[in-house]
Formats: sequence, structure tokens, C-alpha cells
Amino acid sequence: MMRTPTRGIRILGVGLEIAVPIGALALWAALTRDGSSFYFPPLLDIFRTFQETWLFAGMGTDVVPSLSRLLSGYAIAVVAGVVVGVALGSSHPLRRMVDPVVQFLRAIPPPVLIPAGILVLGVNSTMKVALIAFVCLWPILLNTIDGVGGVDPTLRETARSFQIPRRDRLFRVVLPSAAPQIFAGARVSLALAVIMMVVSEMVASTNGIGYFVLQSQRTYAITEMWSGILLLAILGYVLNALFLLVERRALRWHRGARTGSA
Amino acid sequence: MLRVEHVKKVYGEGTRRPFEAVADLSVTVSEHEFVSIVGPSGAGKTTLLKCIAGLLPQTSGAVYLDDEEVVGPPEKMALVFQDYSRSLYPWMTVEDNVAFPLKRRKLGKTAVRELIQDTLRSVGLGDAGAKYPWQLSGGMQQRVAIARALAYQPEILLMDEPFASVDAQTRADLEDLVLALRDRYGITILFVTHDIDEAVYLSDRVVVLTPSPTSVAEIVDIPLPRPRDQVETKELPDFARLRAYVWRSIKRPEQSATALA
Repeated sequence: MMRTPTRGIRILGVGLEIAVPIGALALWAALTRDGSSFYFPPLLDIFRTFQETWLFAGMGTDVVPSLSRLLSGYAIAVVAGVVVGVALGSSHPLRRMVDPVVQFLRAIPPPVLIPAGILVLGVNSTMKVALIAFVCLWPILLNTIDGVGGVDPTLRETARSFQIPRRDRLFRVVLPSAAPQIFAGARVSLALAVIMMVVSEMVASTNGIGYFVLQSQRTYAITEMWSGILLLAILGYVLNALFLLVERRALRWHRGARTGSA
Repeated sequence: MLRVEHVKKVYGEGTRRPFEAVADLSVTVSEHEFVSIVGPSGAGKTTLLKCIAGLLPQTSGAVYLDDEEVVGPPEKMALVFQDYSRSLYPWMTVEDNVAFPLKRRKLGKTAVRELIQDTLRSVGLGDAGAKYPWQLSGGMQQRVAIARALAYQPEILLMDEPFASVDAQTRADLEDLVLALRDRYGITILFVTHDIDEAVYLSDRVVVLTPSPTSVAEIVDIPLPRPRDQVETKELPDFARLRAYVWRSIKRPEQSATALA
């Protein structure tokens, strides 16, 4: 059984969870209220600008292109990472052969790939999607290789002894068993995807949220700049929350198996 | 029914330090027989069982099941591993675990459901179908593994130290369960254990192995009356005698020749 905190402590916890962010916002609003700082405009102004800029005028021009690039790149990385990871993870010699290459490619600091990406693919959307996919690939790939390589031998032997067909062995034994690690990699990649989306839009773009933030800063539209940053924060938060929701459903058994009866 | 003929298993053959786990082992199990394999720990019992189950290719020798050579896991054989927590699939419910090996058999949906219900009920878990294995106790999990093996409808059941990780009370219950199921389903059982009491209590014959590299030290007939009973069988003088005999055969091979005389 999990340790269940008493009712009072639980209520206090939830209360703090709500109170602390509100307090932080109130503090921010109070400190910037008089509008004396050029760089830190009043919070309420930022909110107003946020509403004017993003709800829903900027949706089509900046948010949709950004998000679609992010999601396409991420989706490519997930599919490629899992497919290649399963193939590599299933064979020990293969795993050892490609490991140095994977480790080397992974070690490249992602933003440095942008100049090369521009050179090879141009300044279009394809370059940004490819970049996001490339960067997001490694955590997923490495974790999938690890997860697939680490499937308990007894689980594998059980499947073999019951003559479970290949297809079922893959989809109902190997993948579920590796799923906790695959999800861990995918979560790291999701954060990377947001970063790469913004960075790529700052260097070579004519739209997107990253482009908007940089453009605002360059034109001294400071309130707009902050509203863009706020939007990115909200976006990152929501994406992560959605991810956790999916993960919780998919790995329900995993949490249960770890905390469940011994 | 099952014939193991001169099976030899060498790990790392051709390397500088090959390890001979099984030297030369022959044993036969007839239909409906309950045969236990006991031996000192590290005697290559699990290796032997994997060779018999077709999970591990032997270096030389052969295994025959109903006169057919075993080259891969046979359809008529089911395995129960020691480590139930690693042999049941934690992402599947109890029912799905039992049903999983049946998918390939072309049984109707209702037939499968009846089979699952029937086997789960026969191991005393009729109500646990919708639960996950990790919601059950160790003994119950091993019952699920046994139900899964039974639902596979094998002619022979191979059990690799199935009760080594449960407490003594549960162990006695599971031993009696296996005996009851054997009568009910009429299956042959080859049972690997390091527990001498358990081997004598359950078996028709006990195969005693030598330390590694393994061969058969001796095969002991167990003519105790059936049905066996945890109390009555174990207080029989014959039980004590056989138990001591097997014990000597394993621990003090030099004395065993004279012990039964």
C-alpha cells in the first residue's frame, strides 16, 4: 500500500498548490504595477496584450505553424526512435556495433545543427521539422534500445515456451515491457522539441512563436515579447500535462506493479 | 512418453573455459507419472529442464516427447517457472495472462472463456480473473501461472522449482493442489526441486542428480500410497526412510549404497 497522508495534510497540500502560483502572480503584478520599468511592463498589460495577440489573432499566423512543426518533428522522432530502437535492442551484437555512433551523434549540441540544416534543407518548415525530429530522436532511441534489451529473460522464455507468435511477442511482450523506458525518453524529447522549435524559429523563420518573441524584442515591443514568453510557458506546461495523462493511462500497470502488493 | 537420452550441455564450447553443466543424462518419464528431479544446488537442474523444454539446444544427446524429437518448445508441453513474478505479464489481467497462449489455437471465443474460467476455478481463483497479477499474493500468482499452463492443455507439465519462493504453508497448499490437478487433468509431471521432502511427498519416482557436471546418481522409486496427505503420508515410516535415503544419496553419496539394505 502507498502511504496515505491524513486528510488535513492533503487539503493543505492542494491548497498550497493553488495558493503559491497565485501568490507569485500577485507579487509580480504588485511589483510591476506602476509601470516604472521599461523592461518589466505591468503584468496586467502583459495579460491584455496576451489576449489581444494570441486569442485568437496570432493563432493562425504563429501558433499553428509552430505547433504543427513541433508535433510533426516529435511524431517522426517517436516512430523512428521506437522502430529503430526495437530493431537494435533485439540484437546484442548490433546494439554494441551502433552504440558508439549513436553516442557520438547524440553528443552534438542541437542548436549547432541549425546552420547545417539551413545549408542542406533551406530556411523552410522542412528544415525545422527535420531538426526537431533529429534532436528528439536520441533520447527515445536510446531508451527504447535499453528497454527492449532489458526485457526480463523469463518473460521472453515464457513467451517462447508457449509458442507465442512473433507479432504478439513484439506487441504484447517486448513493447509493453519496454514502455516505461520508452515513455521516459519520450518525455525528455518533448521538452527538447519545444526548445528546438523556438530556437529554429529565432534563427531562420518568418513566422512562429519564437520568431514573434525575437521580432518583438527587436522592435522594442516589450509587452508583446513577454506575452510570447508567457504563451511558450503555457504551451510547455500543457504539453507536459497531456503527456503525463497519456503516460498514466498507458503505464497504469507499471505504477501498480511497483507500489502494489509484494 | 518423455525420453531424455544422453543429454549433454556445455556452455561456451570452443572458448578457453568451457563449462560442462550436464555431463550425460538419461531419464524416461511414462504417461501419468510424477517424476521429480532433485540435486544439490548448482547441479544444472534448470539447464536440464530448459533443454527438455526445447528452450536451450543441448550439446549432444536428444529429447523425445511421444517419440518425436524435441527441437523447439513442443505444443504438448507447458512450463511453470520458479519466478512467478517474472513469468506472468504484469500489464495483462489474470484472465489475459491465461488466455495469451491460447490465441493461436483456433478455439471459439466462448470455448476460450469457459476454459479460462474452468482452469482459474480449479486453482481456486475463480473470482480473480479481472485482477492484475501484482494485486495478488505470491502463492496466488503461482496459481495463475499453473492455471495458464493447464489452460494450454499440455500432456506434460514441466515445473522448475515452482514453490521455492512462497512460504511453507502456501507451499503445502500448492503441493496438494498440483496433486489434485494431476488427477483431474491426467497429466504427466516433471518436477524440479531442491527440496527433498517435497520430491518424496509428490513423486512416483525421484531422480537424484550428481553435482555438476550433472548425471543421474540414482533413481528412487517412491511406493507411498496415494492419495497423499500432508500429515498422514509424512508420518509413515516409509516416508521417513525414503526421505533419509534420498537425503544421503545427495549429501553423502558414499553411504547411500548400504542405507536401504
